[in-house]
Amino acid sequence: MQDAERIAARAVERHRREPSQLLQILIETQDGIGHLPVESLTRIAELLDLPRSRVEGVAGFYSFLYAEPVGRYRILFSDNIIDRMLGSRELMERLCRRLDVAPGQVSAGGEASVDTTSCTGMGDQGPAILVNGLAVTRLDEARVERIASLVAAGTPLAEWPAEYFHVDDNIRRRGVLLGEDFVPGAALQAAMVRGRHGWLEEVRMSGLRGRGGAGFSTAVKWMACSEAAGADKVVVCNADEGEPGTFKDRVLLASQAERVFEGMTLAAWATGARQGLLYLRGEYRYLLKHLRAVLAVRRAAGLLGARILGEGGFDFDIDIHLGAGAYVCGEETALLESLEGKRGTPRIRPPFPVTHGYLGRPTVVNNVETLAKTTLIALQGGAAFAATGTAQSTGTKLLSISGDCAYPGVYEYPFGVTIAHVLEDCGAHDPQVVQVGGASGVTIAGHEFHRRIAFEDVPTAGAFMVFDGRRDPFEMARNFVHFFAHESCGFCTPCRVGTALLKGYMDKLASGKGAKMDLADIEWLDRLLKNASHCGLGSSAPNPVIDTLVKFRPAYERRLVSLDFKPAFDLDAALETARRMTGRDDPAAHLDWREEV
Amino acid sequence: MGGKFLFDGQPVPFEDGQTILQAARAAGHYIPHLCWHPDFPPHGSCKLCIVKVGGRHVSSCALPARDGMEVESDTPEINGERRALLQMLFVEGNHFCPSCEKSGNCQLQALAYELDMSSARFAHFYPDRPVDASHPDVLLDFNRCIFCELCVRASRDVDHKGVFALTDRGIRKHLVVNAESGRLADTDFAVGDRAADICPVGVILRKRVGFAVPIGERKYDEASISTVAMEKGE
Repeated sequence: MQDAERIAARAVERHRREPSQLLQILIETQDGIGHLPVESLTRIAELLDLPRSRVEGVAGFYSFLYAEPVGRYRILFSDNIIDRMLGSRELMERLCRRLDVAPGQVSAGGEASVDTTSCTGMGDQGPAILVNGLAVTRLDEARVERIASLVAAGTPLAEWPAEYFHVDDNIRRRGVLLGEDFVPGAALQAAMVRGRHGWLEEVRMSGLRGRGGAGFSTAVKWMACSEAAGADKVVVCNADEGEPGTFKDRVLLASQAERVFEGMTLAAWATGARQGLLYLRGEYRYLLKHLRAVLAVRRAAGLLGARILGEGGFDFDIDIHLGAGAYVCGEETALLESLEGKRGTPRIRPPFPVTHGYLGRPTVVNNVETLAKTTLIALQGGAAFAATGTAQSTGTKLLSISGDCAYPGVYEYPFGVTIAHVLEDCGAHDPQVVQVGGASGVTIAGHEFHRRIAFEDVPTAGAFMVFDGRRDPFEMARNFVHFFAHESCGFCTPCRVGTALLKGYMDKLASGKGAKMDLADIEWLDRLLKNASHCGLGSSAPNPVIDTLVKFRPAYERRLVSLDFKPAFDLDAALETARRMTGRDDPAAHLDWREEV
Repeated sequence: MGGKFLFDGQPVPFEDGQTILQAARAAGHYIPHLCWHPDFPPHGSCKLCIVKVGGRHVSSCALPARDGMEVESDTPEINGERRALLQMLFVEGNHFCPSCEKSGNCQLQALAYELDMSSARFAHFYPDRPVDASHPDVLLDFNRCIFCELCVRASRDVDHKGVFALTDRGIRKHLVVNAESGRLADTDFAVGDRAADICPVGVILRKRVGFAVPIGERKYDEASISTVAMEKGE
């Protein structure tokens, strides 16, 4: 196995023995070996001068890194509820039968392993899988049969039908962002003419708020970073679009990469940052080549590098870092940890990234869509940008629409659009439930379809999943609970244990063994997760359960063995003999259920 | 600068940079904790030290005190949540207090008494966590690990050895040691390390000294954990 050590050593050298590149080194080492054997971790640790335990800890954190050998073809089925509604479970069973392999196992000859993975961001063209990290869309029985044959024949991926790997943009409604042509450099030029302060002032006037979900003011973030002490500022683009049901950043990266990179450069102009990092989720690895090509073109055009557009002292360049299957890294401080080559554990805040971010340097972390939007502000001015949308939610919002509708895809709407309007546009006939904002979002019932997409009403990072009358809201919530349990980083007690417990309760109900007391326990866990969790993953994990319990309670109650929990026998009555024998009848000799926690 | 905040209705002075927990302790108020240790920076993972400030839950070990804050700590609501967090820690591991060498010296057990935890409430996970008895002087019983990372931090930041680390994530997260074999004997861990006597529960145990002090006469058998913490500063 000296090969493994050599491959590991080459990856380390490619990254100049830089410990902050540990995750990239692990990904590349695995690319060369297929998994990460123990001696490869030992070698990496030696060369980086890190404790081996730390390297092992990082390797163990990410879903796409494997300590044990996996199949030469590693097939992962996207397991979001939308993929399931499109038949992913049945297709996975079929493939497993054809390849004679059990889910989660490696086939006897080592040619294939089949498993599930969290939403791969292809809800508009699922069911989707990842084959050795590359996205395959629109799976059906014919494709599964063909894939089984290709795997059996050992056909290299490069010789598989190209259309399997084709990812459509599915842009269905274009607003200012998706509708207008963009000349690379034009926004940058416009912002530079205004000067750094003038440009920040435009962003402030635009009222732009973060499109990643939290809705924090972009101008406030940029100003704080601009004013923070320290010369080595950093701009990070959060392209770890992991929220189940979201894929609008995928489309922006595929079709509007120039705008995204120009937005990062605009952030650098505002803050004085010299280094840019784009954190690309592992599931979107197929976009890496395209993104690197766009970066090269921009460098050649003088839009990146030293003296951008000839401006002395305006030096900025962008690197791309790959994720490896960890939803929590979408949380900005976990993302920074991951960028530094560590486990993706959210940090204690304060301090915030604008003062202590990447490697302790002042850092702006923005969502892909937020950065793309800043090009509009540069070109049209802040006031024009703010003319669209609502007073508190200016501009447009991209929605990733999937589920029970005729036209799934990406839609650009001015903020303030009603859910009913969106449902009509996407061809949803019989919508019963809409999950807005992904697994961590809000469950919207029919009587609320008049509500509006806006930070002040129904906020969203972009996911919009439609469920019609055939669907079961309980199963939707259960799918999301499984997702959170899988994705919890495990740092804090309430999220690590609470999401696993919640999963157990939902499964108990699903198996028809639920009692009313379980609903009380579920509600108690919901509260603990909300109140005590370290980060947004834990505090939003119970959202789908809380919402569906309130709005679709019969979906839970029909699964209970009895509505009023009764133990199999009366415990207090069973103590009667003992009371008679001891001559006691005081309160302490009785069981009082009300004292139960 | 500094200032004053209200802790369960009583004024508590603080100096700049002090967290709520530090200032409260200095003023004689105990806040339950497991992953916090006076010799280390705050970690914020166990969440036992949650308090309510202005209606919001925060980790008192990590949040700097601010003038005029109103902090709720020893209330039925917060203690109920702390009890549930303890129950979570008990069910995720394998904790058999009657046969544990750490009984009476264990902070998890002592806090369970302190907060009147009378049952585990939730279903046990019964994880499979083999012990590591390879080291000549120290036994590792991972069954009791609560992931406070004090051994990780002590070994990394004080001993400069990096003997311990966490791997995997979520409920599968677990402690590993710094050796390709995965055995403590193959690390440079020594019984005199700071990491050797930092464990608040019964994971890291010295060999050949077990039960030297009988159960019933140990630290938290004699006095409650809040008393020990406030009187001895532990």
